[in-house]
Amino acid sequence: MITLNVNGQTKEVDVDPATPILWVVRENLKMTGTKFGCGVALCGACTIHLDGKPIRSCSTPVSEADGKEITTIEGLAEEDGTFSKVQQAWVDQQVAQCGYCQSGQIMSATALLKNNPNPSDQQIDAAMAGNICRCGTYVRIRKAIKTAAGVSSETQEA
Amino acid sequence: MADKQISETAPKKGKWTRRAFIGAGVVAGGALVVGVAVRPDNPIGRLSPMLAKDGEQLINAWVKIDTDNIVTAIIPHVEMGQGIFTTLAQMLADELDADWSKVRILEAPADAKYVSHDIGREFLAPNLEVPAILEPTVGGTFLQLATAMNLQITGGSFSVRGTGQRAMRVAGAAAKEMLIAAAAEEWNVPAGELRAENSMILHDKSSKSAPFADFAAAAAEQGLPNKPKLKSPKDYKLMGKAMARHDIPEKSDGTALFGIDADLPGMKYAAVKAAPVVGATIESMNVDSAKAMPGVLQILNMGDFIAVIADGYWQAEQALGTIEAKYSKTEGDALNQDALFARYASVLDEAGDDGGDVETEKGDVGEAFAGAATKVEAEYKVPFLAHATMEPMNCTAWVRDGKCDVWSGHQAPLMARKAAADTLGIDMDAVTYHNAYLGGGFGRRSENDVIIMATRIAKAVPYPVKMIWSREEDTMQDHYRPSATSRFQAGLDKDGKPVSWSNIHTHLFDPQEAPTVPYYDIANHKIRKIDVPTHLRFGPWRSVDHSQHGYFIESFVDEMAHAAGKDGYAFRRELLAGSVRHLAVLDKAAEMSGWDKPLPEGHGRGIAFVPSFGTIVAEVAEVDMTSGKPKVKKIYVAADPGFAINPDGFAAQMESSIAYGLTATLYGEISVKDGAVQQSNFHDYPILRINEMPEVEVAIINGDHKRLGGAGEPGLPPLAPAVTNAIFAATGKRVRELPLSKVNFA
Repeated sequence: MITLNVNGQTKEVDVDPATPILWVVRENLKMTGTKFGCGVALCGACTIHLDGKPIRSCSTPVSEADGKEITTIEGLAEEDGTFSKVQQAWVDQQVAQCGYCQSGQIMSATALLKNNPNPSDQQIDAAMAGNICRCGTYVRIRKAIKTAAGVSSETQEA
Repeated sequence: MADKQISETAPKKGKWTRRAFIGAGVVAGGALVVGVAVRPDNPIGRLSPMLAKDGEQLINAWVKIDTDNIVTAIIPHVEMGQGIFTTLAQMLADELDADWSKVRILEAPADAKYVSHDIGREFLAPNLEVPAILEPTVGGTFLQLATAMNLQITGGSFSVRGTGQRAMRVAGAAAKEMLIAAAAEEWNVPAGELRAENSMILHDKSSKSAPFADFAAAAAEQGLPNKPKLKSPKDYKLMGKAMARHDIPEKSDGTALFGIDADLPGMKYAAVKAAPVVGATIESMNVDSAKAMPGVLQILNMGDFIAVIADGYWQAEQALGTIEAKYSKTEGDALNQDALFARYASVLDEAGDDGGDVETEKGDVGEAFAGAATKVEAEYKVPFLAHATMEPMNCTAWVRDGKCDVWSGHQAPLMARKAAADTLGIDMDAVTYHNAYLGGGFGRRSENDVIIMATRIAKAVPYPVKMIWSREEDTMQDHYRPSATSRFQAGLDKDGKPVSWSNIHTHLFDPQEAPTVPYYDIANHKIRKIDVPTHLRFGPWRSVDHSQHGYFIESFVDEMAHAAGKDGYAFRRELLAGSVRHLAVLDKAAEMSGWDKPLPEGHGRGIAFVPSFGTIVAEVAEVDMTSGKPKVKKIYVAADPGFAINPDGFAAQMESSIAYGLTATLYGEISVKDGAVQQSNFHDYPILRINEMPEVEVAIINGDHKRLGGAGEPGLPPLAPAVTNAIFAATGKRVRELPLSKVNFA
């Protein structure tokens, strides 16, 4: 048995410690917001936080989560369902298209803004370059990150 | 897209082309006779009993009004990021005068009642102009045909202009007329004194008002109106407005469910590996170590692929990785990429001036070219491309007690249901197909291979099983956008005006008009094709043949402009002189980009113009070549879709098409070695990332509210040539083969 702390709750799972966190979260804990995209940390669809830092859960064994806090997309909103600033900005800027990569995008953006509340365009591009979006929502992702940072994108572009 | 859809139902009997069906549909309908020959292999005999009934209702159960006054729009299309649930609901709710805050959206089940009537019609008789009076009859006939072919599909950028215009709006307007008729009876007032607003029926004279729900039951007893009156644009309340998309909140908190999220009690997981060369079979496999691995339940030799079933997907995938297999030799083994392009070249050489199949011909190109003052010739090449949807292919199936349930995200749910039934040899009624959100479609999810594989696995085991393809399988077992070579010859007169346009290219799939340029004023045309089939599976890829021909045509037009000593924008202006709508789009893109303003040294601007899927699009690319590698700085898009129902959604599709097209332009290449695809994951099949995404500015022109165009695809075809024309402007180097990663700019 491995004891995990996921979104503030304690969970026990009986899995091979080498199992990537992605599959434990999706299959054992039935939390499917975190997505499988490439299996080798190239696309970012599986991004979650481990002690607040963004990691690729498809390539991180569950043993590494021992004693650490896992945060997934399901853990971002308030308990009453109110969206986090980043999630709300995603809605305000109408970011998602197919939506499959967006959990990973939002987790990466949330981690970025935690460390750097007012990122420049270059810093946004650098922090988000590990997350592929095949629908090409990048223009809106940039805007949404600025919205969440409290900077209107118009002001930034001027 | 649909030709391929149709061919799926009879893959070995040759393609059921549009032409073969024109005769079947119209003749059998009895209302209209069109002189199109019926081919000997035409399946008219099989279809005719289904066409016996005429005058089918075009309005299906596409709107529901509940007792709590909630209006539910039932959407017969799938949501793959294009925002169609919201846009079609807007169209229905506007005609119904429903309160948008009380509108709910429901995806139609995979049921024959929801076949894409208008898609069927578009593909069966795309050029058929029907007198208005015959519309209901002809429409009914096509509904029958579409039913017969299980055409409940989303593709061809057709949902808004087809289903939206001819079904959702009609359904909304009809429902409103029925509600008003019921209220008129109840209140004993003339129907003409009543109106609808915000899901209420109002009688202004008596200041009476009541919610739709009060009349819903009585309305259902009313006859369906023959010709419900549709609004004119001045009365639109929702159409033309940037409505927030219904699916975005659940796609921002992880609760949106995709095919891969299906979950059933007792479900197991399958990892699969198909023979690397399509068509080969497994001759032997060593499963000794795989069998002993934890969680492994079954290892299946399915002939053309191996399936490992385990308690968890990762366990299945790990075990699969240890299996060594030997595959049969096939003719496909001989295929190599360089040899394929060499084969295209020799086939085109052999065709000479007269070989190949003539697609369109006007005037005499031979004579015009011979007498031309300036001659321009060029050859262009593009590679195979994979779709690379973010959600890898997957399907969950459960076969038991003679029935089957299937869960996936598919662009043609009814066809998926049929494919599962055929695989099991059971009746379609015994199959329930459950569709989910699609984690990207782009044409890939219109294929049935994944459904068939999962059903075959499920048939072999007593529990529900979820099959997930690895990214490697997804890349190596796609139905690819075909590679192609295209050759052009053009003659210009002494003033630089084009007098002849000849083109011959390998491969033609769909849409048929993709290689043609009827909008350019050139007196003599001849366009031919030669099919060079390979064993690789091909399929529709965002914008289908326009993805190749947009690049070929607009590169060549730029070469012609250069040969004429003219600016690319001015040259196209002259060629479009007859068309107001086309010119307005071209001018808008040029104006937005500041076409005449100088750029820094090493930067260039390129323009390209491609009408496709009913929408006219011009794009200007600004490219920085100072580092020796192309950096695309900004794309200006001007587009005329007739009327943009949801302008923000339309703009999002333009942005999306640019990203998808730019990936292909910069990097996209699937290559074949010894018959197998060489690329496997995002390291060798790279996708555009945020740091490479140009700024995008979109201008929408509503040029004709009666003729709507598509949104999902038309933004893509002009992108590649706009970029390569900009590279030419910056460097003088003409790019005649994609992707750019293969080009040495040093």
